[in-house]
Amino acid sequence: MIRAICLIAAFWTTAVSAETMKLAVTTSFHNSGLSDVLLPAIKQDTGLDVQLLVVGTGQALRLGQAGDVDAILVHSKAAEQEFVAEGYGTRRTEIMYNDFVLIGPASDDAKLRSAENAADALSRIARAESEFVSRGDDSGTHKKELALWSSASLDPEGFGSWYKAVGAGMGASLNTAAGLNAYILSDRASWLNFGNKEELELLFSGDSVLFNQYAYLPVNPAKHPHVKAEAADQLEVWLTSAQAGTLINSYTINGEKLFVFNALQ
Amino acid sequence: MVTQPTTLSLKNAVVRRRGKQILGPIDLNFPAKGFSIVLGPNGAGKTTLLKILHGVERLSEGSLTLSAPDKEVRQKQAYVFQTPIMLRRSVRQNLAYPLELIGTPKPVIAEKVTDWAHRIGLQDAMDRPAPRLSGGEKQKLALARALIREPNVLFLDEPCASLDGKSTREIEALLLNAHSAGTRIIMTTHDLGQGRRLASDVVFLLNGKVHDSGPAVEFFSGPRTSAAKAFLNGDIVE
Amino acid sequence: MNDIWAGIEAAFWLIVTLDGDLIDITLRSLQVSVTALVIASCIALPLGTWLAIRRFRYRRATIATLNALMGLPPVVVGLIVYLLLSRSGPFGVLGLLFTPTAMIIAQVIIITPLIASITHQAMRELWAEYHDLLISLNTTKRQRVATLIWDGRRTLLTASLAGFGRAIGEVGAIMIVGGNIDNATRVLTTAIALETGKGDFALALGLGFVLIALALAVNFAIHALSRTEQEGRW
Repeated sequence: MIRAICLIAAFWTTAVSAETMKLAVTTSFHNSGLSDVLLPAIKQDTGLDVQLLVVGTGQALRLGQAGDVDAILVHSKAAEQEFVAEGYGTRRTEIMYNDFVLIGPASDDAKLRSAENAADALSRIARAESEFVSRGDDSGTHKKELALWSSASLDPEGFGSWYKAVGAGMGASLNTAAGLNAYILSDRASWLNFGNKEELELLFSGDSVLFNQYAYLPVNPAKHPHVKAEAADQLEVWLTSAQAGTLINSYTINGEKLFVFNALQ
Repeated sequence: MVTQPTTLSLKNAVVRRRGKQILGPIDLNFPAKGFSIVLGPNGAGKTTLLKILHGVERLSEGSLTLSAPDKEVRQKQAYVFQTPIMLRRSVRQNLAYPLELIGTPKPVIAEKVTDWAHRIGLQDAMDRPAPRLSGGEKQKLALARALIREPNVLFLDEPCASLDGKSTREIEALLLNAHSAGTRIIMTTHDLGQGRRLASDVVFLLNGKVHDSGPAVEFFSGPRTSAAKAFLNGDIVE
Repeated sequence: MNDIWAGIEAAFWLIVTLDGDLIDITLRSLQVSVTALVIASCIALPLGTWLAIRRFRYRRATIATLNALMGLPPVVVGLIVYLLLSRSGPFGVLGLLFTPTAMIIAQVIIITPLIASITHQAMRELWAEYHDLLISLNTTKRQRVATLIWDGRRTLLTASLAGFGRAIGEVGAIMIVGGNIDNATRVLTTAIALETGKGDFALALGLGFVLIALALAVNFAIHALSRTEQEGRW
């Protein structure tokens, strides 16, 4: 018993104290692997220990509203603007963008490879009633998908059973799509890093409406006095620096560039 | 050995369970000394009588009067069940348990435990698990565990009901020993022979009522009721 | 089948190379679950025993509630603890959200009913056996509880191990209240969920095997300890 208590005590004392801050980021950002490059550089340049909470955009915004994190890094412009307008965030700073891609079975029954634009590609899926996996979790990617359907004048509410809203994160949704051999909208980074591709292939990309802008929003210290506003500001300065730009622009997976740095300097 | 003699007396005692009267009304006095045997057929209320005397079962009516404050008396009483209840511990720990409860100093406990283990012939089985002893060994251990606190009053509920002759003789020897050392014994049995061998006085119970009570010699030579007579003759009484 | 072999291989390499992250995550899993187990046992063992020996008016209702709580979905527990510990929640000022402490709180809530319920079952049996003797010996309530806990310690150990098994394998609640933060609140189960999400099944499965091995090791260790203690007696 005494030994057990000592053991527990030993565990507890291993906790390290450094200047830490909590940043809620989206699954797609974390799955890209970019954070593994950025976090050590941030630690080295600023001494900040950034703890990432990897969640959907919807939950990230909720965490920010509740004051449970010090800042958020997400990609859903309308929701972000609302977040700032309601006073939860002090400002919205654009950092970089990547893009969404349409993934589907190699056989491509809906003929996405020859689609003219994103709206056309989605219309083809709906016309062929090919199986399509939707995130269905109110995430940035999900919101983007809904916007794309409406730009093609289609409403997922009326779709048949081929439209599957799985209510899961990007990775889990990709796993589902791989299992069903279905179409799915994914961010490029998650797709490239995804390890369980099975029969799936990248079928359509490049339309500018598929660009995915990431923005950084510090939580308002006027609303939540306990947030580490200074650390959040320090991180913002670093994220918009040339040093960050170089790292982001040079980040590749299998030789493919993923992110374009576009912060105003 | 025994410090404060206790007397017990029941006045108009009645026990009801779910509205049914199972004992009483009973008036009985137990003086501080003696070896009382409660006789009677199965279902006569012998166990219930022991339990109300011990204070673990409540009276529905009437009263139990003790010669000393309730708590003190209970501390100085012990009870042996028909089926011995063994703690899931070693023989040594079973013997020590009642003493540990009342905060007896450890060296005293060790001394008494060794003494009693010898008296019941289990000195070589001290570290064996008590639940794995034979029936006779268990009942001897239960008796030693009851006597180790040197009780003023010892209750026994058919302690030899399922034992062979040898174990029964050993138990009876221990009981007579305790009795001559001053412990007041109240014991139920339906074994007439055992009653004759041990009793200084007898209570004959039938259908929850006392049909006869008095010195053993008188009871066995000339029972006062026909039911008691029939019981002594070995007839079935109801 | 290939994925399973790849998983075994991944687990093998993680262990033989003493992967730093793996050790870190494993120790944190143990830290959280063992602490939760100790706290939950301190509450549940006496509570379960007390429920077995005490007769009171709402006893049946209490036991039924306990058994129902045993089936509490961890995700719901996680959500409730999250809302309580959130900066906007009633205990927000404590700043406990996304810390190992929050994970421990959630796990204590999840496993306490389980341990208490198993304890109650076992103790009820033992109490039926001991009842007459302990009443006759004029024991106090505290002495009764102590005697039952001591003599039923092996069943209670089983109850605790069931709790530990549920705690160490739990993911839904600690994901929500811990946040799966690398180097802070990431444990084996949340790491497995993360790697599964990335489609890296081999690594996920490898971590899964480590988790199973850990649970087995703890079980064997405790059983070995309890055997040596009783050697020659039982």
